[in-house]
Amino acid sequence: MGRVLLVALPFAWLLALFLVPFLIVLKISLSDTALAIPPYTPTLELSEGWAGIKAFLAALDFENFIFLTTDDLYWKAYLSSLRIAALSTVLTLLVGYPIAYGMANAPDHWRPTLMMLVILPFWTSFLIRVYSWMGILSSEGYLNQFLLWLGLISTPLTILNTPAAVYIGIVYTYLPFMILPIYSSLERMDGSLLEAAEDLGCSRLSAFWLVTVPLSKNGIIAGCFLVFIPVIGEFVIPSLLGGSGTLMIGKVLWEEFFNNRDWPVASAVAVILLLILIVPIVLFQLNQQKQREAEE
Amino acid sequence: MGQTVFEPWNDPEAKPLIQFRNVTKRFGDFIAIDNQTFDIYEREFFALLGPSGCGKTTMMRMLAGFEKPTEGTILLGGKDIAPIPPNKRAVNMMFQSYALFPHLSVWDNIAFGLKRDGKPKDQIAARVDEMLKLTRLEKFARRKPHQISGGQRQRVALARSLAKAPKLLLLDEPLGALDAKLRTATQFELMDIQEKTGTTFVIVTHDQEEAMTVASRVAVMDNGRIIQADTPARIYENPNSVYVADFIGEVTILTGKAQKSGTGYAIHYAEGAAPLHAESETVFDNGETCHLALRPEKVAISAERPEDRRNVVQGTIIDIAYLGNLSTYHVRLDTGQMVKAQMANTRRLALRGFTWEDRVWLSWTDTAAVLLKE
Repeated sequence: MGRVLLVALPFAWLLALFLVPFLIVLKISLSDTALAIPPYTPTLELSEGWAGIKAFLAALDFENFIFLTTDDLYWKAYLSSLRIAALSTVLTLLVGYPIAYGMANAPDHWRPTLMMLVILPFWTSFLIRVYSWMGILSSEGYLNQFLLWLGLISTPLTILNTPAAVYIGIVYTYLPFMILPIYSSLERMDGSLLEAAEDLGCSRLSAFWLVTVPLSKNGIIAGCFLVFIPVIGEFVIPSLLGGSGTLMIGKVLWEEFFNNRDWPVASAVAVILLLILIVPIVLFQLNQQKQREAEE
Repeated sequence: MGQTVFEPWNDPEAKPLIQFRNVTKRFGDFIAIDNQTFDIYEREFFALLGPSGCGKTTMMRMLAGFEKPTEGTILLGGKDIAPIPPNKRAVNMMFQSYALFPHLSVWDNIAFGLKRDGKPKDQIAARVDEMLKLTRLEKFARRKPHQISGGQRQRVALARSLAKAPKLLLLDEPLGALDAKLRTATQFELMDIQEKTGTTFVIVTHDQEEAMTVASRVAVMDNGRIIQADTPARIYENPNSVYVADFIGEVTILTGKAQKSGTGYAIHYAEGAAPLHAESETVFDNGETCHLALRPEKVAISAERPEDRRNVVQGTIIDIAYLGNLSTYHVRLDTGQMVKAQMANTRRLALRGFTWEDRVWLSWTDTAAVLLKE
């Protein structure tokens, strides 16, 4: 009995907070838009009994999904999102790995402080932090002022409202998700492994490639997924920093919902997005499971 | 028989493989190694023995190249090794934690060093197979380190460090993680492998039994100095100091004043008690303080006063440590000192002669004890 309850609780949680909302979104994606509240038909009329349910089901169709294939905006937005997510994951890894490595090799008494510094930005609002990047990156922003003062440039650079600004914003925002899993895998590594590699003829650099990198592989994979998965659906960063030039599916979704008030098409976009995300999520879970098994 | 005794340290012609020349190592203010000069010869099995923090590991890490001497030089085959980094030294190390690469199979662990040398593939494979055979690991070649037992892991570590055929193999507490039974078996295996490969082994251990079993010479260390480096038998029978006598095996130390008497010395160890007698090569002044180191197995215990020995004392049994094959009796002399005496339990326990509170006589010969200055 206790065991059933123990398993039932997380399942009930998932059911209420994931499966039910998903089914609602799925239903809306199969509906038609209407000038009503809520802005779609049909709605389920349980008062009409069985006939009502039948009429309701008959009114559902895949029209919206077919519509998504007719306008190239949508698949371009999906592809562009995937591309931006992939590239920014690589960039975050390139920035995050050295930081994680530095933290793992810092003296013991420094580590809690360094860890704090990585987590600290989470204590302020995400929106405020993205807005402050607008202040830094705009043509009159701090970065341009600084570079002009240094004399490195003579005219301000245009960074804000370009893809570059989006990448900067994403790398900045998601960096802790990359650093923490890599740090935890590096920190657990036995230092004598590197000495052993050196003793057997490795240079410092080859010991890094042959021992440190393979042993932090699971941390790298976990970090990459933790960045890649949420970035695909990212909306705030591209809309605040990317301007109109950056096409991302999160932004398209927002516009369908709030500018066009086309809830059914927006829901269809969301359902496809979820289907796309399932692949990396499953891969991520498999990696986590493999790691747990290896540790036992 | 007919085999020449392996004692290069007594041969003035022999060229040492490793020479420590006035080596000092400091970490800040702490002196880890204090001005040490000694030699290790080819094909030796040299043990560095001492309590933790005595500098034995630092000594080994300097040989491996992970630490540099603060002063003095270390020569390997006559060449100063200070400027040679660890990855270029003909020295390999077996780590205390084994330090096996968890992401590589047993086979790849052993091949790791060979691959770094860029040897051709068939040569690497042949050498790895040879090592697997030497350490009886053929069946486990494809397994990962976490899929094999502690004893097998230990053998992988040994095979990996031997694969490059180093001039010198360093073993850092190689058997520390094994249980007692397996450790004994592995000690003999180590000696066997050392003999087969002809490699010079330097082992670091805090386990004196292990050092005595495997080593051709044992260096007993304390506070960054080698107190005595000699064969296990000489370390045990002829310790040069109370520290060494006390560190190796069980011992009773009786302190007294030496007085020349015949070829040896009479030792006045207590008011009113007849002096003890001991032969000694060490010269003492009359009245100089001396320490008599007495091994418990060399002390006979009897109910009647023995007539054939010069050193006879009487006391009461305070404690008996029953070890199965032996029993150690802790006897308090009438003059107050505690003396340990050991007897083989050749008879069954029920027939044992002595018990607590028994009055007994302890006796030993003139040559049984060692007379020490400090």
